[in-house]
Amino acid sequence: MHSRSAYPCDVYFFATCVVDQFFPGAGMDAITLLERQGIRVHFPEEQTCCGQPAYTSGFPDEARKVAALQLTLFPNDWPVVVPSGSCAGMMKHHYPTLFADDPARKAAAEKLSARVYELTQFLVDVLNFKPEDCGSDCTVVLHTSCSARREMGVHVTGRKLIGDLAKVKLAQQDHESECCGFGGTFSVKQPEISAAMVEDKVKALKATGAERVVSADCGCLMNILGHAAWKDQQEGRKTPSLPGEHIATFLLRRTAKENTQ
Amino acid sequence: MNAPQTPHALHFMPSAGFRARAKDVVENPFLRQSFRGAMDFLMSKRAAQFPDPEELESLRRLGERIRQYNLAKLPDLLVQLENNLTRNGIQVHWAETPEEANAIILGICQKHSAKLMVKGKSMVSEEIELNHAAEAAGIGALESDMGEYIVQLAQEKPSHIIMPAIHKTKEQIAKLFHENVPGVDYTDNVDALIQIGRNVLRQKFLEADIGLSGVNFAVAETGTLCLVENEGNGRMCTTAPPVHIAITGIEKIVEKLEHVPPLLSLLTRSATGQNISTYFNMISSPRKPGEKDGPGEVHLVLLDNGRSQAYADEQLRKTLQCIRCGACMNHCPVYTRIGGHAYGTTYPGPIGKIISPHMLGLEATANMATASSLCGACGEVCPVKIPIPELLIRLREESFTAPHANPAMRGQGAGHNARTSAIWRAWSAIYSSPALYRTASWLASRFRWLTPRKQAGWTSVRTPLQPASKRLRDLIKERP
Repeated sequence: MHSRSAYPCDVYFFATCVVDQFFPGAGMDAITLLERQGIRVHFPEEQTCCGQPAYTSGFPDEARKVAALQLTLFPNDWPVVVPSGSCAGMMKHHYPTLFADDPARKAAAEKLSARVYELTQFLVDVLNFKPEDCGSDCTVVLHTSCSARREMGVHVTGRKLIGDLAKVKLAQQDHESECCGFGGTFSVKQPEISAAMVEDKVKALKATGAERVVSADCGCLMNILGHAAWKDQQEGRKTPSLPGEHIATFLLRRTAKENTQ
Repeated sequence: MNAPQTPHALHFMPSAGFRARAKDVVENPFLRQSFRGAMDFLMSKRAAQFPDPEELESLRRLGERIRQYNLAKLPDLLVQLENNLTRNGIQVHWAETPEEANAIILGICQKHSAKLMVKGKSMVSEEIELNHAAEAAGIGALESDMGEYIVQLAQEKPSHIIMPAIHKTKEQIAKLFHENVPGVDYTDNVDALIQIGRNVLRQKFLEADIGLSGVNFAVAETGTLCLVENEGNGRMCTTAPPVHIAITGIEKIVEKLEHVPPLLSLLTRSATGQNISTYFNMISSPRKPGEKDGPGEVHLVLLDNGRSQAYADEQLRKTLQCIRCGACMNHCPVYTRIGGHAYGTTYPGPIGKIISPHMLGLEATANMATASSLCGACGEVCPVKIPIPELLIRLREESFTAPHANPAMRGQGAGHNARTSAIWRAWSAIYSSPALYRTASWLASRFRWLTPRKQAGWTSVRTPLQPASKRLRDLIKERP
C-alpha cells in the first residue's frame, strides 16, 4: 500500500477494453483528473484487456494468454490505476491464482497485484483527493459494481468522493448493494434473468428521483443505461429518463473551475 | 473415493429447460413480488442477528476453520463416528448411491412390516427421492414439517432448503387443505391452517411405524446425532415411532462436541435470523432399559452420492463445508428472481449450483453454473466462507473445456462446444496481440455503423452496443 506521504509522481493507466472501445470519454476524464493532481499519467499502448471475460466464462487458458501480455506492460514500480472495480479486481485478486502454476509469471502477477488501484480508491486512499464542488445543486445516485464492493471493497471511496461535493445530494436507492444483472457473458447466456435484474435496478434508480446515475464501472453503466434507453424508446420518450456517466466524468465536470452551471 | 457413479433416474432434469422455467417465473409479476418480499424478510432477519461486522467476520472465520478441520480428518472421523455410534447402540449403514440409501431404508421398513413412515425435514431424503421409493414399495411416507407437508400435499418439491413452501401463498395453502384434508372448510387464517396441519400430523406420529429424520451435525467423539428444528416435529419423529432412521451426507460430521455450538449459532442466525432454534435434539442411543420413551432401534444412513468426488479435489472440497443454512439463496439476486423450482435440482440457489453437479453429473447440470452474474452476494454471507463464485468459475471450466483424461468430475466437458471454444481462442489471439487488437478495435470503431442492431440476448431489453467513433488511444494521440 502506498502511504499518503509518498505522493506518486507517475502512474500507469490501464483503461480496460470497455473504456477504450465504448467509453473513451470516461478514460480521458479519468486521465485529466489524475493529471490535475500533478501526476504524470502513462498509457502503455500495448494494453488490451485484463482477460476477465474468458476467465469468468470458464476459459482460463485463453484468459491467461491475454493476462500474460498485460503483465509485461508495467515495468516501473508505479501504481496502476484502473477506472473499473471489476477489471482492477481481476488484476489484483485473480492474476496471482491464474498463474499459480507458472512461478515466474506468478511472481510478476503478485508484484503487479500489490500496486493495482481502482480509480476512486486511488483518488481517496493514495491522493487524499478532496474535490472542490464548482457546480450547482443536484441529486445523483451512485451504483457500485459488485466487484468494486465485494472484491475490491472500494464502495466507500466512491461514496466519499461524492459526499465531498458540497452541492451534490447523494440519493439512496432501494436494494443498493444488489447486482445490476450485467455479469459479463451472464447477460447474454441468461438473458431472461439478467433482464429481470436490470429492470429492477433501473426502476430502483429512477425511483430516487436523482437526475443521473454515476458509477465507477462501465460494464454496469452499459447495462443500466442500455436498458434505460431501451425503455425510453419503448415508451416513446425523447429525452433520457435516466442519464448516467462514469464517476470520473462527473467529478471532472463538478470540479472544473470554469463550471458556471 | 473418486469412483463416478451412474446417474439415478431423476424426476427433474436440471439443465434441460432451465431457461424456460426461469422465464416463466420472471414473467410472472406475482411470483416476482412474492419471492422478493420473502427474501427481503429473511435478509433483514439475518442482518439483525449480526449487527457487528467484526463479530460476524470472526464467527465466519471460526465456522470455516471448524468445517475445514473436520473435512481434513473426514475419513478418520467417519470410522470414529461409526465406532462410537455402534457402541451407543445405533446401527450404521453406508450408501454410495441414492438407490442404495433407499434400499437400506426400505429394507429396515420391511423388516418391521412398516406401513407408515413420518418424516422430519430432511433434504438428503429429498436428494434420494425417498418418498417416491417408499410409495413404490407400498409404504406411506408423510412429511411432518409444516412446509414439507404443504409441498407434499401439492405434489411438489421444496423450493427452498429451509422454507420448502416459500413459493406458496396462504390462499393457495387454504385451497390445498380444503381440497385434500377430509372435513376441512376453506380458511386462510394462518393460525387455523397450522392447527389443521397439527391435528392431522399429531395422529400420524402415534400411528407411524418408522420415524425418519435428517442430521445437522454428527459428532464423532461421542457418537451423537444433532438435529436442529423449530416445530417439534423432529423430536416427535425421533422419539414417538418404535424405529428411528436418520439419514445424512458423509460431510455433516464434526469431531468434537465443542465444534457444535459455533456452527449451530451460525446456522440459525444465518438461516432464519434466530438466536437459537426452538428445538435442538441430541440423539445418542435407542431407548435404554428403564427409559419411558424413545425408539427401540436407531439407524444412521451415511450417504455419499457424489460427495467423495468433491472431496477428492482440494478446491471443490470447499463445497462440503456447507451447513445448509440457505443464506446464499436468500441473498442471491438470481434465486430472488426465479425461485427454487426453476433450478430443477433438490438444492436450489448458489449452493445448489455448486453441489448438484457432484450428485447428478455435469451432463445434467452443464449450464447451471452460468446462471450467475458472479456478484458475490452468496460468498459474502456464507457462514462458513465457501468461495461460491470461485467454485462457479471452476465448474464452468469443468463443463466447457474439451473432455480430457482423468477428469475431476463426472461429465467433465459436457458443456463443451467446438464453436464457443473457437470463439474464445480467437478472442484470446486478438487480445493477446497488441497489433491484432489495435487493428480489430480500429476496425470496430471505423465501421461502427456496421454493428448489428440485434445482438443476441442483449437487445431484448437494451439498446444495441456500439463502439465509440474514436478509441481512448485515439483521443490520447489527438491531445494538444
